[in-house]
Amino acid sequence: MMQTATAPLPVPRSPLPAPLLAVTDLAVSYGAIRALHGISLTVNRGEIVTLIGGNGAGKTTTLRAISGLVKPAAGAIVYDGKSIAKQPPHEIVKLGLSHCPEGRGVFPQMSVAENLELGAYLRSDDAAIATDREKALDLFPRLRERLQQMAGTLSGGEQQMLAIARALLARPKLLLLDEPSLGLAPQIVQTIFRIIRDINEQGTTILLVEQNAHMALKVAHRAYVLEVGRIVMQGDAKELASSDEVRKAYLGAH
Amino acid sequence: MKTLAQHTKDVPASRAFRPAVVFLPWVACVAVAFAVQLVAPALFDDYWVNVLRRVGVFVIAAVSLNIVNGITGQFSMGHAGFMAIGSYIGASTTYTGSLLLHGSVGDDSFAVQGTMLMLGGLVAGACAAAGAGYLVGLPSLRLRGDYLAIVTLGFGEIIRVLLELTSKQVDTADGARANPFAAFFSFNGPTGFFGTPAYASNFWIWLFVAITCVVAYRLKRSSSGRAFLSIREDEIAARAMGIDLTKYKVRAFVLAAAFGGVAGALFSHTGVNPSPTDAGFQRSFDIIIMVVLGGLGSISGSVLAAILLVLLPEMLRGLQEYRLVLYAVLLIVMMLVRPQGLFGVKEVWDLWGAKRKARGGTP
Ligand SMILES: Nc1ncnc2c1ncn2[C@@H]1O[C@H](COP(=O)(O)OP(=O)(O)OP(=O)(O)O)[C@@H](O)[C@H]1O
Ligand SMILES: [Mg+2]
Repeated sequence: MMQTATAPLPVPRSPLPAPLLAVTDLAVSYGAIRALHGISLTVNRGEIVTLIGGNGAGKTTTLRAISGLVKPAAGAIVYDGKSIAKQPPHEIVKLGLSHCPEGRGVFPQMSVAENLELGAYLRSDDAAIATDREKALDLFPRLRERLQQMAGTLSGGEQQMLAIARALLARPKLLLLDEPSLGLAPQIVQTIFRIIRDINEQGTTILLVEQNAHMALKVAHRAYVLEVGRIVMQGDAKELASSDEVRKAYLGAH
Repeated sequence: MKTLAQHTKDVPASRAFRPAVVFLPWVACVAVAFAVQLVAPALFDDYWVNVLRRVGVFVIAAVSLNIVNGITGQFSMGHAGFMAIGSYIGASTTYTGSLLLHGSVGDDSFAVQGTMLMLGGLVAGACAAAGAGYLVGLPSLRLRGDYLAIVTLGFGEIIRVLLELTSKQVDTADGARANPFAAFFSFNGPTGFFGTPAYASNFWIWLFVAITCVVAYRLKRSSSGRAFLSIREDEIAARAMGIDLTKYKVRAFVLAAAFGGVAGALFSHTGVNPSPTDAGFQRSFDIIIMVVLGGLGSISGSVLAAILLVLLPEMLRGLQEYRLVLYAVLLIVMMLVRPQGLFGVKEVWDLWGAKRKARGGTP
């Protein structure tokens, strides 16, 4: 059918919607040591993307660069249409990008409730904070029982739960999780990963860094494999999990 | 059954305006000041009434240092430098001001105006110290741990040397009128600045003690206070929460310096002559010990420790020279018995509550 001259032209649809996070050629150095040699990755809205790799591969560094905790030496980071590579962390958190750091980083001499309050530090919408807090506590009922307990006296698993709950109180669109399974018993790891999936199903996009490739590839949609500062493999999580290289190097298969 | 208080405990503090909560503490401050002023002479002789003024000054110094070293966890070793700035600016405001306005210093007929000058001097001293806090804080708070300690230590020593280089005090009305600006900054070099009238009665000192404590306690409980504490607990996590480290560290530093300046300005109006050594390491160390002993982060702990550490050497005659030995022993005992200080980050009344809870068995 022919279009009349006055009819609005149909907006051309790109084959894929713009990703929520696009990292391009990101390089990071610590003094003379180059930790990342130009990596590129994307995270689409609604996805769980995992970044796996061995010790010192640069996984934590990648997350830190995205959340502004370290300054990139080169490369671009575009989040939700905005370039954030040169922004300080407090500006990035405001945009709805929340980082749950490696080793949990709970505030040990503060109560669970005060830790959660700090997660919402940059927000002032009290009513919405209260709702989010309830939601987070519904995800982690063990925290609800321990609201007045000092965070430093929680068990490792509970501290990890608190760290995730606290990150959720920033009401993130994109949640960065750095090794949530670190040092936890298998049963707790199962629980944590189930909750990670729940969080994702409630609409939060997740970039998950893990050494536990087995669990990470199970829960994620897509995956990247990082080796000494370079991305060496990428693709669908299920496919990677069954590829020989990944099975050999990260899943302990022979 | 749960009481209402227990139910509401988990709910974030309401930001509603409650006049009783807002104004009562300030009324209480004035009441405390009057009480000390009126009751002290009835209980003690002149010597001890005077010691009480010294106690008050050090309480302000310790509580203010606690804002940086305790609550924010940044180890500053230059608090005496800020106090000395407040001391000299405060003293000179009263002294030079009296010369200019009245022609002489310390006349009874000028006492009311003189006291007003002192209050002006407190404000000026606080502002000058806060300005210095900003100048030192902005670059040095990017440093961590030991380096910050060294830089702040150096700051105190620089202030000491600068004070030693100042010219001879102008002590005549004509001299002051000839060049008021130069007269104001003639701090009398190594000898120290003399002749400031002792307008800081227990009323004024304890008024500012109470004000400092209320401000510090409210700060600790405020949203800024939460940010300060989180920086102390884990800098990386605090940044990940969106806390602007530099902004909050500088804020803590400036506030502490300002109240340190007030302490100094009051001190120079108690009949002691401020001298350059007041800015040095020894005095800074005196105050650090108070903060560490009371518990890093505990306001009431700092108050009690300051009272204790000023009174102890007074009571045990001759201990003054062995002060440093006393500190060493105190610190060693403390590290063995109670490494977090008397109260840790808690307040005296928190411990009381915890004990009651433990005994009563409520969860
Ligand atoms: N603050 C720092 N200063 C100097 N080098 C650093 C720093 N942080 C990380 N590195 C180096 O950068 C490289 C990547 O470190 P990173 O922490 O990103 O690894 P990772 O993949 O998270 O490892 P892990 O699984 O052990 O946590 C390592 O070689 C590490 O030594
Ligand atoms: Mg890591």
